[in-house]
Amino acid sequence: MEKANIFIRIWRFYTGGFKNMSSWGRQVWIIILIKLFIMFAILKIFFFPDFLKTNFSTDEERSSHVLEEITNTK
Amino acid sequence: MIEIADASLVDWSRAQFALTAMYHWVFVPLTLGITFILAFMETLYVKTGNEEWKKITKFWMTIFGINFAIGVATGIILEFEFGTNWSNYSWFVGDIFGAPLAIEGILAFFMESTFIAIMFFGWNKVGRKTHLLATWLTAIGANLSALWILVANGWMQKPVGMVFNPETARNEMQSFWDVLFSQTAVDKWLHATSSGFVLASVFVIGISAWYLLKNREIMLAKKSIVVASVFGLLSSVYLVWTGDNSARTIAHDQPMKFAALEGLYNGSEGAGLVAIGMFSSNVADPTNENLKDFSMKLEIPNFLSYMAFLDWDAFVPGVHDLINGNEKYGYMSANEKIERGKVAIAKLGEFKEAKKAGNDSLATALKAELTSADFQNNYFKYFGYGYFTNTNDLIPNVPLTFYSFHIMVGLGFFFILLFILSLIYIWKGTFEKKKWFMKMAIISIPLAYVASQAGWIVAEVGRQPWVVQDLMPTISAVTKISSGSVMLTFWLFAVLFTVLLIAELKIMFRQIKIGPKH
Repeated sequence: MEKANIFIRIWRFYTGGFKNMSSWGRQVWIIILIKLFIMFAILKIFFFPDFLKTNFSTDEERSSHVLEEITNTK
Repeated sequence: MIEIADASLVDWSRAQFALTAMYHWVFVPLTLGITFILAFMETLYVKTGNEEWKKITKFWMTIFGINFAIGVATGIILEFEFGTNWSNYSWFVGDIFGAPLAIEGILAFFMESTFIAIMFFGWNKVGRKTHLLATWLTAIGANLSALWILVANGWMQKPVGMVFNPETARNEMQSFWDVLFSQTAVDKWLHATSSGFVLASVFVIGISAWYLLKNREIMLAKKSIVVASVFGLLSSVYLVWTGDNSARTIAHDQPMKFAALEGLYNGSEGAGLVAIGMFSSNVADPTNENLKDFSMKLEIPNFLSYMAFLDWDAFVPGVHDLINGNEKYGYMSANEKIERGKVAIAKLGEFKEAKKAGNDSLATALKAELTSADFQNNYFKYFGYGYFTNTNDLIPNVPLTFYSFHIMVGLGFFFILLFILSLIYIWKGTFEKKKWFMKMAIISIPLAYVASQAGWIVAEVGRQPWVVQDLMPTISAVTKISSGSVMLTFWLFAVLFTVLLIAELKIMFRQIKIGPKH
């Protein structure tokens, strides 16, 4: 039988692996997906905006802000 | 300390970072060590062709898989916090952190998507040797992945290979190799990874002991104990060596942390090492409640001098020498450092004002002065001290650092004993008859996590008040946002991570109860 090309073989390797996964494997994948959703779709967006990227539009403005902050000892 | 930021904001930001880092570190060390144990077990399978070793490898691979999956990406939250809660710090160190963290991300991605996939999906699909290679590369890749974040941490403890650019307010990398091969970074990596090897060995012995107590999976348990005990013992010796190197580096680069971890208030020649000690409620120094008297201590004469400088009679500075200065031994006083730090901050402020006023010639002259070798070595080096007025604020929490250090070291030696006894009892064939020892091996699992966390408390609490040693204190690194929002996310993380930990323990305990597939 002719051997499938490398990409198809890699695809089959991964899909076969996921299809035949044990129950604990499925459970931890569910946990991983929920965790990533909470982290990136909720925490990152609503609770953890990048302060300097959100509040300043250029690197020059960011530098000025930090310079102001680190030279302000009052 | 000058009230630059709301104290509760700083405290909550620190608490949040500590919480997320400590939870992240619950998952990491087992991965670092158990992957090597898997690689040894699978090598024995490939070498001998004994199916028992394959069964054993697959069982521990399941435990590794659960731990890895629950822990994966928990470290990314630390990066969220850098951008939101520690924006001054992130900007200040940005160029130094960028390269190591990018390498870590790429390495982790390729390792996780390739080698781990072959480990779990590749049984009977790829050749034995290819599978074994994937297991070894997972072990090596996981430990190399840890290198990069520890290089970044090492730089914070000992900033090297960079120059501060006043135009951008950032440290810019001058030498990637100086950052990568800094003694602090190398020590950190070797010590942290070898602590993971020891933790994983204790974990495997503890679970195996549980099987023996239950009188099941006898062959798996005994073979696992042999591999874990040998690996654990060798790793422990290596851990002591890396710890010894770390102590010397700390004594040289972070003498205040060194004094705190030994509770050394007054320096001396031929200083003794406090092997066991307990603080009383009496203060040793009426000006600082942080410095408590010892109610009891067992001291080994001259040992601290040798540990710090490989000289039995060397002078080891104590907290008071570092605060008040000690001319005889060349230690500058904290007040002098504060004055120099204020000069550096003022000069940077003048540069900022000149730029703002559009006075380019003055700005250029000030920049030249700021970046000159003389100014860098005599003033900018102490930049962070300029934020302080009270020298007591330069001393970390001594009791917490001292106890954490001694718990870590004490448990480290206890694990050496555990590995030696495991080997003796397995060799004599009496392991399963020693019920007390099997119970002790099980109890040792949480103790290994306690030791591992205590090590990070020594490293991170001991270096306070600095985020970047001598250059940036915690209080100036924090973003001026509402402390309420930091408090809210602290509790969100506390809940999220606790749920993850419970999920891990539940799934892991179930798999351990099920045992290997026959």
